[in-house]
Amino acid sequence: MNEFNGEIKKMMIILSKATLENVYAAFVLANGARMEGIEAEMFFTFFGLEAVHKKKLEHLHVATVGNPAMHMPTMLGGLPGMEALATNMMKKEMEKVDMPDVHEFLEILKASGVKLWACKLAMEMFHYKKEDMIDDLDGVITVGDFYKQGSGFGTHMLFV
Amino acid sequence: MEKIIEGKTISVNEEGYLTNFTQWDKNIGEAISKEVNITLTPRHWQVISYLQDEFKKESPLSIRKIGKSGVVDIKEFYALFPNAPLKTATKIAGIPKPASCI
Repeated sequence: MNEFNGEIKKMMIILSKATLENVYAAFVLANGARMEGIEAEMFFTFFGLEAVHKKKLEHLHVATVGNPAMHMPTMLGGLPGMEALATNMMKKEMEKVDMPDVHEFLEILKASGVKLWACKLAMEMFHYKKEDMIDDLDGVITVGDFYKQGSGFGTHMLFV
Repeated sequence: MEKIIEGKTISVNEEGYLTNFTQWDKNIGEAISKEVNITLTPRHWQVISYLQDEFKKESPLSIRKIGKSGVVDIKEFYALFPNAPLKTATKIAGIPKPASCI
């Protein structure tokens, strides 16, 4: 153990997926870190970029196919409207436990001091421009820049 | 367990949160704030009394709720009580630590 006695000082959370359950997991982890006095930074890459894309962030869905926890046959999950139905059901449950929507959650994260970074390579791959992304984004950076942000004792990295 | 704060014997849990709010007064709040290195200003007190009011109403506290309180926004809440604002502010306020993930 180092001088911090193993204490977590900073969480670096990488979000690579755009399914609602993954986006929320990453957001709750980042916000939860700040609530405990732990620094937090997020790196949005590949499909995770949709969570900080102005036009896409309101339309994220729960995955109904390839998700065994949905407890429905895969063929049913693929039917039209199934994802929307499951998403609406999940959103209702989230509201009950005081979970904000994606837009509001991003505002909370920003106000709480979480740094929000977009992955440069993925931005280029999807042909996204900085203007397409939320204004609260701290910047478009490389993976190397993100590692640099996480330097120091007590930093942990998490891939979602 | 018990702890002596400002010459009074106060019931606290193992994390130092008061377990009996009726034992709280402003001097106790001041003493706890010194332990957590916060100098209380009138703005801090406004937030503390809001938290206590919510506690009396048995209304669960969360960061989201504080942001919507109209008393303080989330950014200022973090500035007033740096490092774990909800935990720190409730400790000073003499109320239980909120069991909230959001």
